Amino acid sequence: MSVAVEPGVRPQWTRLGNPVAAVYGALVLLLVLGSVLVAMRGGVLLDQGGILNILTRSTALGLVAIGQTMVILTGKLDLSVAYLIGLCSLIGAETMAGDPGMILPAVLLTLACAAGVGLLNGLVVAKLKVNAFIATLGTALIIRGYLENGYTGPSGQVPRVFQHLGYDRIGPVPVSALLMLALAGLAWWFLARTRPGYHLYAVGGDEEVARFSGIRTDRVVITAHVLCSVAAGLAGLFLASRLGSGAPWVGTDAGYDLESIAAVVLGGTLLAGGRGGVAGTIGGVLILATLDTTFDELGVTPFFKDVVRGVVLIVAVALYARRRMRR
Amino acid sequence: MSVTGLTVESPVVRLCGIGKRFLGNQVLRDVDLDLHAGEVHALVGENGAGKSTLMKVLAGVHQPDEGTIEVDGVRRTFASPREAQSAGISIVHQEFNLLGDRSVAENVHLGREPVRWGRVDRRRMEAETERLLDWLGERGISPRTQVRRLPVAQQQVVEIVKALATDARVLAMDEPTAALADHEVELLYDLVRRLRERNIAILYVSHRLREVFDLSQRITVLKDGELVTVRPTRELTSDQLVRHMVGRPLDAYFPDRARPADLGDVRLAVRGGGNARVHGIDLRLRAGEIVGLAGLQGAGRSAVARAVCGAEPFTEGTVELDGTPARIRSPRAAVRRGVAYVTEDRKGEGLALRQSVRDNALLVRRAAFGRGRGLRRLDLGELLRSVTLVARGPDQEVRLLSGGNQQKVVLAKWLAVEPKVLVVDEPTRGIDVGAKKAVYDLLRGLAGQGVAILLISSELPELIGMSDRVLVMYDGRIAGELPAGPSEEAVMALATGHALEAA
Repeated sequence: MSVAVEPGVRPQWTRLGNPVAAVYGALVLLLVLGSVLVAMRGGVLLDQGGILNILTRSTALGLVAIGQTMVILTGKLDLSVAYLIGLCSLIGAETMAGDPGMILPAVLLTLACAAGVGLLNGLVVAKLKVNAFIATLGTALIIRGYLENGYTGPSGQVPRVFQHLGYDRIGPVPVSALLMLALAGLAWWFLARTRPGYHLYAVGGDEEVARFSGIRTDRVVITAHVLCSVAAGLAGLFLASRLGSGAPWVGTDAGYDLESIAAVVLGGTLLAGGRGGVAGTIGGVLILATLDTTFDELGVTPFFKDVVRGVVLIVAVALYARRRMRR
Repeated sequence: MSVTGLTVESPVVRLCGIGKRFLGNQVLRDVDLDLHAGEVHALVGENGAGKSTLMKVLAGVHQPDEGTIEVDGVRRTFASPREAQSAGISIVHQEFNLLGDRSVAENVHLGREPVRWGRVDRRRMEAETERLLDWLGERGISPRTQVRRLPVAQQQVVEIVKALATDARVLAMDEPTAALADHEVELLYDLVRRLRERNIAILYVSHRLREVFDLSQRITVLKDGELVTVRPTRELTSDQLVRHMVGRPLDAYFPDRARPADLGDVRLAVRGGGNARVHGIDLRLRAGEIVGLAGLQGAGRSAVARAVCGAEPFTEGTVELDGTPARIRSPRAAVRRGVAYVTEDRKGEGLALRQSVRDNALLVRRAAFGRGRGLRRLDLGELLRSVTLVARGPDQEVRLLSGGNQQKVVLAKWLAVEPKVLVVDEPTRGIDVGAKKAVYDLLRGLAGQGVAILLISSELPELIGMSDRVLVMYDGRIAGELPAGPSEEAVMALATGHALEAA
């Protein structure tokens, strides 16, 4: 009995291999290309300052993107992180008010508030069944309203000790970047090795399948949102330590909402959920930071920078889509 | 009632006097069911007969309003599927409950991952999966493979292993062949036999009578929520079974064929049609005629349909519609010339599941003709009545309809463009006996109005019962033509190439 065979068997070489390997491959390629371009202008991309620049840029975005990865893996999205970062920087800096003794309470309070916002997001998405896009946009607007009503500029002050967190470094490597990478490692372990991590993938892969398999999907979604918001809270604290105070616009100016989603997607995580991971996300973050640093060194206009970033993002996602189709 | 069981030992599971109401609507009334170890027990009945409700009562999804469930002679109540699972009862769902991006082992243990020191014990998960696959005699599936990379038949194996991983002794299989291609059904048969040998009790729910007879030892027939009969399979013929299911004999099942006087002019003529997949196709469809196109999977039946309808056009030969040459290079061109194609894959290609009945029914008409241009005004209510659609109204979402009613919406969609030639590919796949009958009557009625119909079906009794002529394909060519009412043997001889070799 003959079996229908699709005409034109696909050649094997079209596969790009593991997406994480592809992301880091692209990063290396970009570093080489950037170095050559900068060298042609008589500069050096990867000197002490350049490395420091790339890693510092990566830290805040990396923190947010780690959280965003969790939410996106469950097939949701969090658009409230940018305003939440501003809010958290203010809560942290105002609670510290320059007093080193208040650092610990301030950090705990900030993270608790962030977790509260995440819980709200998660409950609205999981229990009220509001689409995550809308639910978190609503949360974003609520936080924005609060910030615009109460603040016109920076507020609060972090003690000098706390600023060390933002500025200390070992050689060209900032301590904060190492902490971010440690958190990424923790997140990787959580996703790849623990039961709640497995369930995150399951919910993103197919919520119904997960539910029928006995997974409490609501809890999984809520957990992801809480983790995401706490990560944004950490980013807010980091930025407060860099600035020396809290600022309402610190998250939105850098566009951490869309930027973090871009980094996650660039890192090979499927926007629909169920596939991807933190390793790719960090790669995506580093690619974006390298692009920025390279363009700064080259002194091109910010508009051109945005165009290139847009192109890179679209090309990356198109490549992933192709890979999936070829299976 | 007395059960003529084959086995003397006591059943693994016994359901007694089960009754279930939904919103005052009695869906099950006083139904008994015994499942024995190592026995395949088929559950048949039309849609709405209560099969899936009974299965869900067994699996703890629904709780019965009346009656009792006994497992190994002990009375049990299941508040959730989990509790049924822990009593050893699992469902293999019709639509697979698998995550394509995760590995086989991860799917098998989904929601029950073994944990050691706070981390998932992958080694144990994989070893356990390996053990179950071995026990089933399935080699060639690695626990680490991503499920999406497996062929559908092997995905079903994974689904079954997943059900077995809860130490199931009772498996309820809901339409297990619905997602399988013809050649994969054999693999499932084999798997079911192995499950029997390993003393699993199987409840097998299917519309396909051939499978029921091939696999089961006993058959329970439900109708309108009540038990009609429980009989050993070898004591039943398929005629008797259909009579039990629908309350009418099989010969009254297909509508009368066209008389020679009913046939009109040739509406579609293909001469020497060929493309990459089919060759030398000669085809003449007359008004009022239903022509069956038979053949094995991959013989080119659907390729001919797709060529006629412009999806993969003929690159050789000529096509004439109503006597005038026609070049059909795209589905749009086909629709505009009055050639409609009801695809095999109703959910993937035929329907926008989240849209309303109205939007689906008018989809083709709106797309190909714009609003009102070229066709007379359309009465949607009339159209939906003509396909005997049962729905809450034109605004109901299509995904909420039963399979049979979804198929009627697909037909309505094509009838809305008033086709001259209708090509139907597997029009009754996955729908129940009563709805099949409605589709048959509808097709014959259309032929009576002068539509020329090309019918493709893998179910030979259907193809033979419906067609005024049967064309049989083999290896991309038409191997022969048979008059009305050929024997299954005659069709198979052509379809398998025996007739060609003999000639």
